[in-house]
Order: sequence, then C-alpha cells, then structure tokens
Amino acid sequence: MVSEEEVLRIAELADIGIGKEELPPFTRDFNAILDYFAVLDRVPAGEGWKAEIANVLREDEVTPSLPREEVLALADAAEDGYIRAPRVM
Amino acid sequence: MTATGGAAAAGSGLMAADVSRETVTGGLKAASGGRDTVIIGLEVHCQLNTASKLFCGCSTDYRSDPPNTHVCPTCMGLPGSLPAMNRRAVEYALRVAKALNCRVAEEAEFARKNYFYPDLPKGFQITMYNRPLAEGGYLDIEGNEGEKRVRITRIHLEEDPGRLVHMGTPDRPRYTLVDYNRSGIPLIEIVTEPDLRSPKEARRLLNGLRTTLEYLGVFDGDREGALRVDANISIPGSERVEVKNISSYKGVEKALTFEIARQKGVIRRGQKVQRETRHFVEARGVTTSARSKEQEHDYRYFTEPDLRPLQVRDWVEGIALPELPAARRERFMAQYGISPEHARTLCGELRLAEFFEEMAPCGNPLLAATWVADTLQGELNYREMEIGKVPPSHFRELLEILCRKELTDTAAVEVLRRMLDQCLKGGEVQSPAQIMEKNMLGKTAGDAFTNVVREVIAECGDAVRDYRAGRGEALNFLVGQVMKRTRGRADPKELTRILRDELARQGT
Amino acid sequence: MARGETHRDPLNAFITLAEIPPRAPGRLSGITVAVKDNISTRGVETTCGSRILSGYVPPYDAHVVDLIRNEGALISGKTNMDEFGMGSSTENSGFGPAHNPRDPERVTGGSSGGSAAAVASGMARMALGTDTGGSIRCPAAFCGIVGLKPTYGRVSRYGLVAYANSLEQIGPMAASVADCSLLMEVISRYDPRDSTMQDRPYLPRLDGDIRGMQIGIPAEFFGRGVDPAVADRVRKAIGVLEGLGAVLVECAMPSMEYALAAYYVTCTSEASSNLARFDGVRYGPAPDYRKPWHEAFQEVRMQHFGPEVRRRILIGTFALSAGYHGKYYGKAQVARQHVREDYARLFRDVDLLAGPTMPTVAWKIGGKSDPLSMYLADILTVPANLAGVPAVSVPCGTVRGLPVGLQLTGRPFEDEQVMNAAFAYEQGVKA
Repeated sequence: MVSEEEVLRIAELADIGIGKEELPPFTRDFNAILDYFAVLDRVPAGEGWKAEIANVLREDEVTPSLPREEVLALADAAEDGYIRAPRVM
Repeated sequence: MTATGGAAAAGSGLMAADVSRETVTGGLKAASGGRDTVIIGLEVHCQLNTASKLFCGCSTDYRSDPPNTHVCPTCMGLPGSLPAMNRRAVEYALRVAKALNCRVAEEAEFARKNYFYPDLPKGFQITMYNRPLAEGGYLDIEGNEGEKRVRITRIHLEEDPGRLVHMGTPDRPRYTLVDYNRSGIPLIEIVTEPDLRSPKEARRLLNGLRTTLEYLGVFDGDREGALRVDANISIPGSERVEVKNISSYKGVEKALTFEIARQKGVIRRGQKVQRETRHFVEARGVTTSARSKEQEHDYRYFTEPDLRPLQVRDWVEGIALPELPAARRERFMAQYGISPEHARTLCGELRLAEFFEEMAPCGNPLLAATWVADTLQGELNYREMEIGKVPPSHFRELLEILCRKELTDTAAVEVLRRMLDQCLKGGEVQSPAQIMEKNMLGKTAGDAFTNVVREVIAECGDAVRDYRAGRGEALNFLVGQVMKRTRGRADPKELTRILRDELARQGT
Repeated sequence: MARGETHRDPLNAFITLAEIPPRAPGRLSGITVAVKDNISTRGVETTCGSRILSGYVPPYDAHVVDLIRNEGALISGKTNMDEFGMGSSTENSGFGPAHNPRDPERVTGGSSGGSAAAVASGMARMALGTDTGGSIRCPAAFCGIVGLKPTYGRVSRYGLVAYANSLEQIGPMAASVADCSLLMEVISRYDPRDSTMQDRPYLPRLDGDIRGMQIGIPAEFFGRGVDPAVADRVRKAIGVLEGLGAVLVECAMPSMEYALAAYYVTCTSEASSNLARFDGVRYGPAPDYRKPWHEAFQEVRMQHFGPEVRRRILIGTFALSAGYHGKYYGKAQVARQHVREDYARLFRDVDLLAGPTMPTVAWKIGGKSDPLSMYLADILTVPANLAGVPAVSVPCGTVRGLPVGLQLTGRPFEDEQVMNAAFAYEQGVKA
C-alpha cells in the first residue's frame, strides 16, 4: 500500500501539483494500479530488453538554427533576446 | 554538470564510494590519516570543441553571438524533436579515454537524468550513467611529495544545459532570463578517484587535464566557461561535502582551501561536518549550503530511448595520439638540453610549447627556454595577455639579437615590454630592431661609457674607498650606478672590466 | 483554422480544421489526409489533445508531414486524441471526446480516435495515427477501418510529440487495405534525424496470395475478458483466411500474463520524463514569474495537464524512483524481453499471428470510469508494441451492429506480409 504522503512525495518529485480533494482518489487509483503491477513479481529472471542496433551517429556538420524571432515568439515572455523564467535563487 | 547557479544540477552520486572509508591506495603514503590530511576527488566537465552540438547541428561557436541564436527544436527541447549523436564528439571522448589510459566499454549508452531546472529545456539531461564510455584510467601529476598517479574513475559524454541570468538582487530576486545557446554543447565529464590530498594537487590535476585535452585538440581552455568542476572533499573520519559551481582553474584552489578551513573549523568547534552539497560563490571566495530541496536527488535514470548504444571499443586502436605533455617534456630536455623545470613550464600549455619550438632554432635553445618560460611568461601574466597575441617572428628576432650579444638582458626586457604593449594596443607592432633603434637601446661600445665610469668614480668616493679596502661588493654598487646612468645599455660584464681597469689606473 | 465548428465536425474528430496544401504532386495527389494532433505541423497548432499545448505552433514539420505534402496530400486538419495519447477511447482529450461515426454515443477508441472517426465518416480518405499500445489499431477496430502499427524503426518519429519513445510508431489509417498500404509506402522513407529508424522502406506486395501461409492463433488472445461474441466473430474471420489457403496453428504466448503490466510501467516511466519539458517557459501557458520556479512549474502543470496525464506521470515517476526502480521499471524491461522472445519463438513456426484487436466493441462514452478497467482494454494490442513487431487491424464484421477488428501480427520488418494477409482477407470477404 502506498500512502497519501508517499503520493505527495512523488507528486513533488514529478513537479505535479495535487489538490487536497484529489489526493484520496489519486491514492486509491494508484494503489489499484500498483496491485495490478504485482504480476511483474512473477516474471522469470532474465536480461532486460535492449535495442538491436548500435552506433547510430551523424557527422559533425553545422546546420541552420531557427530564426530567433520564431524561437522567442513561442515563449510567453522574452527580454533582450532571452526567454523569461521564474526565479531560481 | 553545473549550470550558472545550477542548483538542481547536483551530484550524480557517481563519485567513487564513501571516501572516509576508502582503502589507502598507492598514491598516499605516510601523510594519510594524519590530522592535516584532506581527501579530494574531482568531477571535471570540459566542453569539447566540435563544430556542432552533441545532438543537433547548431553551431557551438556562440560566445560572441546574442542569446538564443544557436538553437533548434532539439536543443530547445521542442515537442517532437529528437537527438542525433555527433560522431566527432564520440571520437574526441575516445581520444581522451586513450590518453588517460582508460578501458573503453564494449558497449556504452546514454541515459536520462531527470530533474527540473529552467536551464534544462527537456526536464532531463542526456548523460551516461551505469554504462559510461570508459573507466579505470590515470593521470600522473606533480604531487605534494613528487610524482603522483591520480586514478580516473570514469569518462562520459553529456549535454550542457543553457545559461541563466538572474534578475534582481540576491536579497530580492525577481526572475531569471535563459539563453539556450549553450544547451547541447558536448561536455566530457572526467571523474577522478579521491586521490588528491591538497588544493594544490587538485589544481595540478586540472592543469594536467587541461593540457592533455589541449594537446589532443579536443578542448580550448581559454574559452569562457569551457571548464567546470565539482569537488568532493572530506577530512578523514568526517562526512564528505560536494562543492559545485567551480568554473575556473584558480577557483578550484580557492574553493577547496575555503572549504577545508570551514570543515576544520566545524570539527574544532566540536561539531560534525554535515554531508551536503554546497555552492562555490566565486565573487566572495566562499562556499554556501544548497537548500534542502536541492539536497534530495532522485534522478530516476533510465536508458535514453531515442538513442542507440555505442560499440566503439574497436575505434580506439585506430586513434593515433599526438605527443602528450609528458613525452614532450622528455623530448625537450633531450633535444634542447633544457632543465626539467623549464620543460615542465613550457609543456604545461600547448601554445607555449609550440611557441618555444618556433624559438628554439634561434641559435641558443637554453636562452630561448629561459626567455619564453620565465621572462615572456612573467610579462604576459603581468599584462593578463595570451601567448597567441605575441608575433613569433618578432620574438625570435629578439632572441637572435640577444644571441649575437647586440643587446643586454636589461635592454632586451625593455624591448620586449614595448613590443608587448604594442601587441596589446592592437595597432602596428614594430620589430625589435626598430624598437632598439628608436629608443637607442642597442648595446654601446665600452669606450663610450668611460666618461660615465669616471663620473661615478669621482662621485662615489665611499664605494671607491671600500673597494680599495678589499670589499668586492663595492664594485657591484659602482657597476649598478653606471648601469642606471646608461639605462641598462652597457653589458655588465664588459662594464665590470672597464671599471676595474679604470680604478686600477687611477689607483697607481 | 477553426476549433469546435460542430456543423463541419459533428463527431469532434478534429481539434484544428486547417487546410495545409501539398508542396508537390505525387502519389497522394487529390487525397485528403487527416493528421493526428501529436504530429508537428509547421505553422499549425499542435496540441496533443492537451491544454498545456493550447496555442503551441511548431516552427517545423514532422518528417511524415514533409513526406505526405511532398507526395501531393492535402492535410485537412489535426485530429482529436486522448491527451498525449494516454487513453483508449479519445475521451481523455482536453478538447472534448470524439464520437464514433457508427454510433455517436459510443467512443471511437483511442488514442487516435479523431483520425479513425475522420476516415470512417468520410471526412478524410486517409489519416495518420500513432500507436504506443494500440492507439491506431483500437480506434480502427472500433470505427471499422484499417490501421497499421508498423515495425518499430520503420517510420520516423521526428516531429511526433513523444509519449513513450521506445514503444510508439506513426502509422497509416484508411478505409481500405490498399489505401493504408499506399500511405505506409509514402511515410516509411528513411530519416537520419530519428536514430531508432532503420533504412528499410516498406515495399507493398498486395497480391492477396496467402496459400500455405502458417497462421498462429495464441490461446491467450481468446482468453478471459474477451467478449465471446467478439471472439466468435474473429474466429470466423480467421476461418476465411484458412479458406484462402492459410494453415492455422494453435499456439500459446505465456508472456501475455504480464505484458500489460510491463507495458504500463514502461510507457508511464518514459512519459514521466518526456512530459517534464512542459513547464511553460519556452512555449505553452506561462508560469507565474513572481513565484519561485519549483512552485511556478507545479502550478502550470497542475492547471493544464488533465487527470489521466497527471496520474500516468505519477505512476511513471514512482516506477523509476529510488527504491522502486528495480521492482517496476527494471522488471518491466525483463518482461518485455520475454514478450519479444515469445514472438521470436512463435515466428520460427508461423508467419503471422491472428486474433481480435480489442476484447470488446466500442463502449458508451463515459462507460468506463476507473482507470484500470480502461488499461485492461489494451491487453491484446500492447504485446506488439513491447516487441516492436508490425500489427494491423482490419474490419471483420460487426457484433450488435458495432465493428470488430481482426488483428494480424507479423515478424519485424514484414509489414508487407501483414498487409498482404489483411488484403487477402478484405478481398476474400468482398468476393
């Protein structure tokens, strides 16, 4: 059983807010799903899945970047060519 | 990885084991375990100088360009974009792996390191985790007690995040501005074992790595922000502290010195050193504790599903390494007969070594070594000037003039200074001959000084008496006086002879 | 461009109606193609069915969009879908559910429900969908059209907004096998920008000759949870294949027991990472700049992601987190390898596997309220994604008036054989 506190901790890690009223149903669904995942305990031991090809590389060649106006137009707020973000300090 | 104030970009947890319980290895001798011992391991991140970014075709040459002009869907993390691995970045990393004597993995793979931060456009960094490119190498440095082997734990490739500019003041931060030009620049991360025992050793390791990478042609250490270091420091018996955000060679020594003093202070006060992540604040030369949110790391690594593994061990055989610093030092000593100290200085920087080799044919390699390693280096440091700004042909001409003894050492330094000042100004740079002529710095024939010599003998009666009383150093004083009045143009040896003759003549 | 023009789009098949003209004449000249809204279109809003991408206009085209426009296709709009592909009904769209043309009170299936509805209702002749765990085949089955999930690595994902990178492929949807095959031929051209792609283009071979073809019928595909009427209909369809000369072989696929769990652990894990980029800084709805970044990001993501997306991000974050990684993500990768080995073993003896696409027919909109029962509906489609093998859903009649899909699965890079068998069935039923 995963507790509501544990769900809150995971939500924090995922940067997903969770409302007070949402927490009980989220926790209930979460546990139902994890119960179903318990079937994985019965998986025989073995190697994990792996890709079949290797060494997919491109040459070190410069290709055009996007026009800056297009980049800045996507963002909600730009300033002197920079993109604005919330404070980190 | 370390961002500007890259708080969340914290410890990968990849540092080798808990250093406070490490088994003592070859590198440490009697000093280990002593009260003054510190244990240091480094994670060094260097930008590789490829033409395009690690996973997209945007140019890496962004430093003089406005923000967000070297970005595309991939390095901006636009929805639907995909990474495509740069072959040259892999080749460069392999060169480093070979030069640092590492074992290249049979199969390496990229992984996602998941964390949020505004400089990280995808919400994860593509790096390598449990299958790095190479492991288990070493680099020899000049340690506290002679030559020392520092073990390299691992080498891997990863992408650089963007760059943040903080608006507002530290007390009243307002918001952040982001430039993604740096996002996706290829970084090589070199992790050392906790084999370093002093800030000075850490600095030497960094210098050694820098030099090696420059010799390999994969790194340009002069570019701003091209090197960033995280350090793990502990005092035996205490918890380990990770210091992030060190972004200069000098900074490493400063940060470590501060941190060691801080930890010793904590212990002296009878408190315990907390296991934590701290940031180096370069401007103030201190480390500060990161906030608790940044201490909890759960990066949820998993294999990057958009890339395929690297099976490149075979490539290593095909890599022809250039002459590396140690080999070049040996050669310089053998080929030019220069001292180990000069060889170390000259080979400690690729451009300096190359500059010296251009000077060596001047006729006297020993003279060239002294002038490049000592005189020129000193003058460059004084001016915070790079060797690349010095025209080799001019400097060689100066050395040739010196070899022909047409210039005294003092006058030659004067010529050099004038020349460097001209280089710094950026206008036309006169040749040494021109500078000599214009400033009348050429060596003057001995006879021309006879009047000055007589003048000095007449005015410095005390020194003359001392000389006659058998006090040899009085002669040096008199030589100095003549030199002063002739602005160093006289050859001191020649001058000593003239003075002695004149004193003898007058004395009879 | 328009949204919610109910008179032109009564089924809510489209999120954006937009005419994107062809660039050059070609094999798709005169054909309208509807494009799922998680495939980037330069200059035309691409939302992935999510409010968090409302207003996001990509500055570049997905590789497949380039390809179809260069072959003469007219793109008629961006189709409705479960938010980021997370659903099996197209009810989890941030822009309202799509309606099944056969019965507008029922779901279209998902997550490419808008694409299926557009084709089934005749609004577009062909459509591009994406299939992470059945998202092309499920709505194809529910709406009575043909949909192919290609071999992993056969179609470039460049420009496809990632949900679960290691599982998903873009694929064709159309009313007929021939149309579906033509679209597949166009979109399978190599693209070095997708490192997981291989340069093995699809070369159609629709002769309908399946004589001597060995077709395996895994017992698990007719097991618990499969509507007996659906099972019966599909068995009859497989009988048609036998009548055309195929040889039927009963077989077993034991890894089916944990395939669905392995699938959900894998897709939610990858999704939790893929969706981390939606923080409002570079595009999308703005964060509150007065707040510290962590708080501001959380707020944006809470407000603009729907509940199912948040649920899956939570599950995936949990499955990758310290202490649980081995138990969930690690174990799922082992399970995945068992699924792949099961297919490899079966395909040593048979050329194709046949069974139902979905365990049931389309349900009523709002009929499945808890998330787990919705997940269980994917049980028959996810194994192909886990193994990367090609699988097609071809209509095989109806049950209670609602379409049923026959699913045919083949060896990796034998999409041609899968499509040829579907063609044989389609033509065989017609005849």
